Amino acid sequence: MTKNKSPLLRSIAAAPHLLWCVLFILAPMAFVAYYAFTDKDGAFTLDNINSVFSSAYLKILERSVLFALAATVICLLIAYPLAMAITKMKSRNQSTAIMLLMLPMWINLLIRTYSLKLLLESNGIINSLITRLGGEPIRFLDSEFSIILGMVYNFLPYMVLPIYSVLVKIDKRLIEAAQDLGCNSLKVLWKVTLPLSISGVISGITMVFVPSISTFFISKSLSDGRIKLIGDIIEYQIGMHNVAAYNIGAALSFVLMALIVVSLIITNKFGDEDGGVLV
Amino acid sequence: MKTLSRVYTCLIILLLYAPILVMIALSFNGTGSISQMDNISLKWYKELFSNSKVGEALRNTLILAVTSSLIATVLGTAAAVGISRMHKAWRSPVLTVTNIPMMNPDIVTAVSMLMFFVFVSSVLGTASRSFYTVLIAHVTFNLPYVVLSVMPKIRQMDKNLPEAARDLGCTPLQSFFLVELPAILPGVLSGMLMAFTLSLDDFIITQFTKGEGFYTLPTYIYAMTKKRVTPDVYALSSLIFVVILILMLASNIIQARMEAKNDPLAQKKKSRQNRKKVMQKEEGRA
Repeated sequence: MTKNKSPLLRSIAAAPHLLWCVLFILAPMAFVAYYAFTDKDGAFTLDNINSVFSSAYLKILERSVLFALAATVICLLIAYPLAMAITKMKSRNQSTAIMLLMLPMWINLLIRTYSLKLLLESNGIINSLITRLGGEPIRFLDSEFSIILGMVYNFLPYMVLPIYSVLVKIDKRLIEAAQDLGCNSLKVLWKVTLPLSISGVISGITMVFVPSISTFFISKSLSDGRIKLIGDIIEYQIGMHNVAAYNIGAALSFVLMALIVVSLIITNKFGDEDGGVLV
Repeated sequence: MKTLSRVYTCLIILLLYAPILVMIALSFNGTGSISQMDNISLKWYKELFSNSKVGEALRNTLILAVTSSLIATVLGTAAAVGISRMHKAWRSPVLTVTNIPMMNPDIVTAVSMLMFFVFVSSVLGTASRSFYTVLIAHVTFNLPYVVLSVMPKIRQMDKNLPEAARDLGCTPLQSFFLVELPAILPGVLSGMLMAFTLSLDDFIITQFTKGEGFYTLPTYIYAMTKKRVTPDVYALSSLIFVVILILMLASNIIQARMEAKNDPLAQKKKSRQNRKKVMQKEEGRA
């Protein structure tokens, strides 16, 4: 009888997993903190954290936050109408559209970003079309525009899917009731649909913001390494494989993690009326 | 309004696929120009297949995906069983820790694993990065997905089943393998599939924890794009895209069939339809 055994014995099956978690999740996180707050001899110091907030890195931090915010907002503006449009289709078309949106998520981010780069290249297809039509070629790459576009292109499906999955579950009768009571379609959207779908919006925001703020391949590839984000600096420092650089890399990761936790708390505050989504 | 929303959906989907389709087209471009299709050839594919490094990277990727998803599935399924039996006060902190690699950005997970391996290797005096460090990292980020897909199946399972098995004289292990495992198998399999694809797809964590000469396909593509790019990258990427497309379609079709078979609602509908047919036939006869 399982019920008569002590809880400890019943959950013994989770023991290897718990050991794995302590060894390979908690201990590594502790080591990020350890390397972030020590110097190359292992003595405690705040220098690494201070250097993250020095003017050069601070600018990059600011840029990372701004780019990620911009990408998240643009994704939301494109994805919400898209998710609504899909819910209005016949159910067979709905599942086809969702599958088509999910498929690019299974293609490696490197490949997606790289193919976008090919399209935007100064001698790429878009520019050759422009010159053929008699215009001047446009320099898309190496700009803030191209990096934000890269983020939107890569992470848009992550915004559409959670919003869609909440929207389809909304009881149609609520919308009909609002219409019967004299709401126009804008008011229905603002007063009924939007509040009911807030949990999907919040998980969409999380799923776009977190990979956007921590990316390094998108910025590296679409600006040839000229516009750097926090991820680029971490990758560069860690790639040097020496202890002093590890310290800076760990400090940057620590700050990045703190940034993400703070922004998730802020987003979840907005969703609290609806119960919200936990971090 | 309906046409507008349909046009919008099609437009976005088209934009999502345009770069990939252009790349596939360019992979057949013999001259290597990126704006004009001049002579269609399989030159880049031939070059790709004569490159032994690509084959090696593919082999590494598959070995890694298979081993890490198997280990994660065994550990994660056992964990889900254990966690579901835990006292409530323990369950939520354990799940929170389990989910950390899923919530953290990949780059932070990667840095944390590397820091850990660097420290351990400095104590043990071994290499800080090897195949095994990559394997450990992959198992770690796969675990939450397995646990998350098995847990709901355990919750849905009839709790009387294992008890009945025990009453009938099964040992706990027998009860698990003969009664519980078949009931939660769909969750176990979808967790394993998820782990497998995530492991295939991972770039950042592998890049940080791998040793010098070791390449998986994503890290190999990264190394290729770092140098002057030749169109064999397009060929490789196109091949990967087509393989994924086929796998996705196959799994969708299989899933749809299984759902149609197992879905009680669909079965009810079917039997009702059958009954209707029978009744109509009988009516016709009368």
